[in-house]
Amino acid sequence: MATFPKFRTLAGAGVIASAALLAFACAKRPSSGGLISADAAKAVYVAPGQYDEFYAFMSGGFNGQIGVYGLPSGRRLKTIPVFSQYPENGYGYSEETKPMLNTSYGFVPWDDTHHPALSQTNGEDDGRWLFINANNTPRIARIDLTRFETEEILEIPNAGGNHGSPYITQNSEYVMSATRFSVPVPNSDVPISDFKKRFKGQISFIRADQPGKMAIAFQMIVPGFNYDLARAGKGPSNGWVFFSMYNTEQANSLLEVNASQNDKDFVAAVNWKAIEGCAKAGKTKNVAASYVHNFTDEFTRVAKSETVTSVPQFEAKDCPGAIYFLPTPKSPHGADVDPTGEYIVAGGKLASVIPVHSFSKMIKAIEAKAFEGNIDGIPVLKYDATLAGEVKNPGLGPLHTEFDGKGYAYTSFFISSEVVKWKLGTWEVVDRVPTYYSVGHLMIPGGGTMKPNAKYMVAMDKITKDRYLPTGPELTQSAQLYDISGDKMKLLLDFPTEGEPHYAQAIEAKKIKDKQIKFFKLADSKAPHVSRSEKETGISREGKKVHVRMTAIRSHFSPDNIEGVQVGDTVLFHVTNLEQDWDVPHGFAVMGATNGELLIMPGETRTLQWTPKKPGVYPMYCTDFCSALHQEMQGYVRVSPAGSSVALSGVTSRGPQSLPKAEAGPKQQQ
Amino acid sequence: MPKSARILVAVAALLMCAGFVLPLWRVDLVAPQYPEGLGMLIRVNTVVGVKEQDLNSINNLNHYIGMKRIEPDAIPELKYMPAILGVLVVSALGVAALGKRGVLSAWTAAFGAVLAAGLYDYWKWGYEYGHDLDVETAIIKIPDMTYQPPLIGSKQLLNFTATSWPASGGWLLVIATALVAVAVWQSYRRAPISPDRVA
Ligand SMILES: [Cu+2]
Repeated sequence: MATFPKFRTLAGAGVIASAALLAFACAKRPSSGGLISADAAKAVYVAPGQYDEFYAFMSGGFNGQIGVYGLPSGRRLKTIPVFSQYPENGYGYSEETKPMLNTSYGFVPWDDTHHPALSQTNGEDDGRWLFINANNTPRIARIDLTRFETEEILEIPNAGGNHGSPYITQNSEYVMSATRFSVPVPNSDVPISDFKKRFKGQISFIRADQPGKMAIAFQMIVPGFNYDLARAGKGPSNGWVFFSMYNTEQANSLLEVNASQNDKDFVAAVNWKAIEGCAKAGKTKNVAASYVHNFTDEFTRVAKSETVTSVPQFEAKDCPGAIYFLPTPKSPHGADVDPTGEYIVAGGKLASVIPVHSFSKMIKAIEAKAFEGNIDGIPVLKYDATLAGEVKNPGLGPLHTEFDGKGYAYTSFFISSEVVKWKLGTWEVVDRVPTYYSVGHLMIPGGGTMKPNAKYMVAMDKITKDRYLPTGPELTQSAQLYDISGDKMKLLLDFPTEGEPHYAQAIEAKKIKDKQIKFFKLADSKAPHVSRSEKETGISREGKKVHVRMTAIRSHFSPDNIEGVQVGDTVLFHVTNLEQDWDVPHGFAVMGATNGELLIMPGETRTLQWTPKKPGVYPMYCTDFCSALHQEMQGYVRVSPAGSSVALSGVTSRGPQSLPKAEAGPKQQQ
Repeated sequence: MPKSARILVAVAALLMCAGFVLPLWRVDLVAPQYPEGLGMLIRVNTVVGVKEQDLNSINNLNHYIGMKRIEPDAIPELKYMPAILGVLVVSALGVAALGKRGVLSAWTAAFGAVLAAGLYDYWKWGYEYGHDLDVETAIIKIPDMTYQPPLIGSKQLLNFTATSWPASGGWLLVIATALVAVAVWQSYRRAPISPDRVA
């Protein structure tokens, strides 16, 4: 395939591996008391009643959620469920939210989140939305930061492992998705040994700047490598995106050895402005595919899942100038662009240097056609023609780099378990600090944008042995907060996190905190089963379905006693929270319900489906401690045998009575 | 009336016009559960929440103690207060135009009586809401406890600190009253020399 020379350096890899062992042996745990200055406690102390300076959004990794923390305190503020069902608030359990977890494979209750990306305006975090990828069943979600809720999810067709995702362009035009696992395109039953022939990679650009309208703008089919991480260009390099990749060997088994053969893999430089031109010129084809787009309607608060049946696709070679390969040492992980947009820093996981590419040299090299070959029609540039410099002997296992906007870069080293600060331009290491232990990504607020706010750096660690009280076989993963405002990095705080804090974003709190929605206006609700007051509640039967429209307000349900349900019925409790006040959710649970509970925000309507199996009387109650008489917020449902003559009825504050009938189907919207 | 006094009364009339658009009185409620506060604004023809949903929230909370809902449409005073204010403004302009000291005195007395009646009515309104509790449905019943908000100033009502104070329109009415007082004082201080004779 490749027409450029390959060097096999098994011996070199051996040296690195033994050096890694040495490093682990040497990384004896220094007593943290000696490292932490007395000022550290003061630096992270946020007094009771005071606010943190930053919101940090940390991916939950294999819990499929996002953890929201305050910095510098490390206090956990919220968990935002994204790709996983969340029993705490009924996300993925209520009828209104289930469609968010629909995929072309059906309902998927779990995924693995890795890389949150804040929306940007002019290369700066603007605090409108947060995007995050699902690795396993490839998807990208948009979270609205006025409500801290997942509002939209788009599935990515022809992808296998959506890891290089969802990096964002400087005006939020696009978020990206690059496949980790190349797969047959379209997916089909082929021998895995046909990998080189049949398996393809894909890089997709998803239109991101219109809520509710995420869509694949174009999908480029690329050689079957493993695409890893990315970062959009900025300033002069705006219009480009840089993707790292490994396994250019195209191994399909035992990758740890077989994909570590080439001396160099690539960073792919992708010119999305050129691709927009190709798309306009009709070079993309609408190829049949089947994937879903899920979004929550702002007024009904009901998620919808729609199937999309085609994707605008093209082969890289059909759009000349769309993509170039930049040879980069040894299985690069991060491909990070500095705030000026000039430097592209690659973290070769097995490399002994940190190579830095120059954007301006790359453009000159493209103009001068300084190619050393091509792969499937994609030009491969000469390493020396794009190289700006190399950071020599920085550490072991460079992964990911962020920037402080003052001319310095900070690179995480997984194997030697440290963060190294070095200077852009001179490539000299100026400082290093240990992490506890095995840091993956690191994060500086705005550290991937044109305007970093480099007061703090957070290192996200995979291993925490001996750092916290032990908790059985599985220990917490953790974040570590460093002060990077001075010349020397200073460790301030360790804080355990939920799931795996894979990567994070942080933003000045002032950009978000005053935009919060406090409740949903009942008067504006277009929820199909809303009861805007107790007078609008009702019960009705539609064959084997019983619709119960109920209200919840401090401290009662209306109706609170329901009779006339029969075994074999499916009961749909449509509960509207009548509160129009901040932070007064009500919960709803019924004994024996096999799905979950509802947590209903003020002004919202949520539906719990319940199929009682046996005759009896079933208590129901409010699960959220809402008021002084929360414990009184309860009721019963009587379930009679099938065919019973007990009439449908409910008890409201108007007294025991047959309730007005709820309309069977969704109410007509005005 | 000296010219200055006539101007003062005319200005007072204009300030009183502000009562048609600006709130007259404000009641704030703060509790541990409501550090951000809930509030009511009393306007010449209605009662509204400081924040859009505040009145609704206050009414919902009041159900615990069996207090009647505050429904602006059901408060008769709010129906005729705009007319009273209108008559006061027009008659004040009339007083300024006529420039007769005696008319001013009579008008001032009437104005004072209306203000006093208004404050008494507001106090009585608070008294009734605070005392006329539906003991049948009240959830929290504390013997001898009543929930009358203060006329002016602060008072602790269970977990809420209630503070009642004139709002912007109310303050303008206070200033108008002061201007009228000054006009009266000027009219009588200069009494020995008639303005015609000085001219
Ligand atoms: Cu409740």
